[in-house]
Amino acid sequence: MTLRLDLHHGGPPLDFRADLPKGVITALVGPSGSGKTSILRAVAGLLRLKRARIAMGDEVWDDGRLHLRARHRPIGFVPQHYGLFPHMTALGNVETALTHLPAKERRARAESCIALAHVAGLETRYPRELSGGQRQRVALARAIARDPRLLLLDEPFSAVDRSTRKRLYLELRRLHEQLHTTILLVTHDLDEAAQLASHLCLIRHGRLLQQGPTAEVMARPRCEEAARLLDIPNVFEGEIEEGDPAGPFLLWGPHRLRTTGQRPEETGSRQRWAVLPTNVLLARTDKPWGSHLENPVPALVEDVVLMGGDAVVWVRPRGLPEERVQMRLPARAVRRYSVVSGTEVTMCLRAADIVLLRESRP
Amino acid sequence: MMDWTAIALSANLALVTMLVLLPLAIAAARWLAVTPFRGKPWIEGLLALPLVLPPTVIGYYLLIAMGAHSPLGRWFEAVAGQTLAFSFSGLVVASVVFNIPFAVQPVQRAFEAISPEIREAAQCCGLTFWQAFRKIELPLAWPGILSAAVLTFAHTLGEFGVVLMVGGNIPGETKTVAIAIYDKTQSFDTASAGAMALLLLLISLVTIAVSYGLVDRLMRKRRAS
Repeated sequence: MTLRLDLHHGGPPLDFRADLPKGVITALVGPSGSGKTSILRAVAGLLRLKRARIAMGDEVWDDGRLHLRARHRPIGFVPQHYGLFPHMTALGNVETALTHLPAKERRARAESCIALAHVAGLETRYPRELSGGQRQRVALARAIARDPRLLLLDEPFSAVDRSTRKRLYLELRRLHEQLHTTILLVTHDLDEAAQLASHLCLIRHGRLLQQGPTAEVMARPRCEEAARLLDIPNVFEGEIEEGDPAGPFLLWGPHRLRTTGQRPEETGSRQRWAVLPTNVLLARTDKPWGSHLENPVPALVEDVVLMGGDAVVWVRPRGLPEERVQMRLPARAVRRYSVVSGTEVTMCLRAADIVLLRESRP
Repeated sequence: MMDWTAIALSANLALVTMLVLLPLAIAAARWLAVTPFRGKPWIEGLLALPLVLPPTVIGYYLLIAMGAHSPLGRWFEAVAGQTLAFSFSGLVVASVVFNIPFAVQPVQRAFEAISPEIREAAQCCGLTFWQAFRKIELPLAWPGILSAAVLTFAHTLGEFGVVLMVGGNIPGETKTVAIAIYDKTQSFDTASAGAMALLLLLISLVTIAVSYGLVDRLMRKRRAS
């Protein structure tokens, strides 16, 4: 049962259409103001849009005329600041979501949800007596209490510190494995999306840029806007040379790079392309052969910054004085091959790692 | 020495005014707190007018509105068989009107202080409007409602100008303690006037201080969360 969304709104603009797979965590990622929270609120039934169609399987929640109220939708919702009822204990908060059950069954159900959310023992505490992480867990317990088919989480980790956040990630993954509920998670944090979600929707200015399995979207942005959103610094322009049976070649300054995969159709001979910093390889001086030598490009190291176990290296490809390529290498490789600024190296760009980009629509 | 009839009448008037006004004020305040619309400042301004207008102006308009020539006055006379002006019922109507800002504003601020996230969470918990109102909003707005009740009560006890304009000075019907004090002062009975003034002062001080204390305690409990 997929969640099918088709949402349109004048101002702020929203033009979003997506099918979200059942039983997985989908992350809606975009910068602030991109409309992701509006999408979540529309799905929850808290925001009524000019033109909308929302359906969970065959069940229509919204279609212009019909608008199912939030309280009738089989959803659980965790707002950004949790929206806990301050005058009720943790248990009271969860029980409030159970008015559909006979009064004497509520207690047991609430207690089991509290245990599932790892806040057992805190039932009698008021929200003001709980830490940020505990509040989030209580909000989660309340959201799952009605056994929702769809769980909506609006930046649920933004108000807790880093170490708590990591623990909550684990707990959410575990909870998802137990419940198999479809989860829609709004976040602006790519790392968070990468760790939690197996499906990813990239949103900007109310428009869906790209969606798909998280790993695929993160490694293969479809357009330049998506690449920028994914924080990929290496976006360049080349020229496509077709007709070679070995695949389309990308002419990049004096370099001729073999590529694989489909070329987006609408571009002319100019072609924007991208490569992830982790996919820019360093040719080993001690082993100057092997498959990693695909598409070798000689370059001059401009800058090296060590960050923990990693090193960020900027190189200037030969013959392209305007371009700078960012590489991310293990710090030990930098030390072993004496990569310091001013040295000549050879970087390799595997054909499969070169991503040809569509033109971004304005 | 003490005009106990006037004191009882004032207490009665304050209580009835509070009971009539509070439900209306809660409804109006909730609506104003959550509904954005054009012309809202005008509605809010209209409701706040009794704060700035001289009591005589309010009293004058109320007297016109309740008079035997007005639709309200005629209707009341047909139903109750007596005029609205210069009666206890007329005083209640006047008290309700001049207390509107004292009742509406604290309640409106209290409803405004409830974050929209809490209202939305209530909807997503499957609560109907009335369930959410009863279980979530009313308990959270309680300090504001308490303030409104106390302010209305104390303000009605002490109101003079409007009462005199609308009610006149009929013992047992419209003569409140504030008017009794005025009467005694006019007839140089300063001992009685002083005793009643002190009583009024003490009652007002105690009710307001106790309510401030209660509200403060409630708010401090909430604020931590």
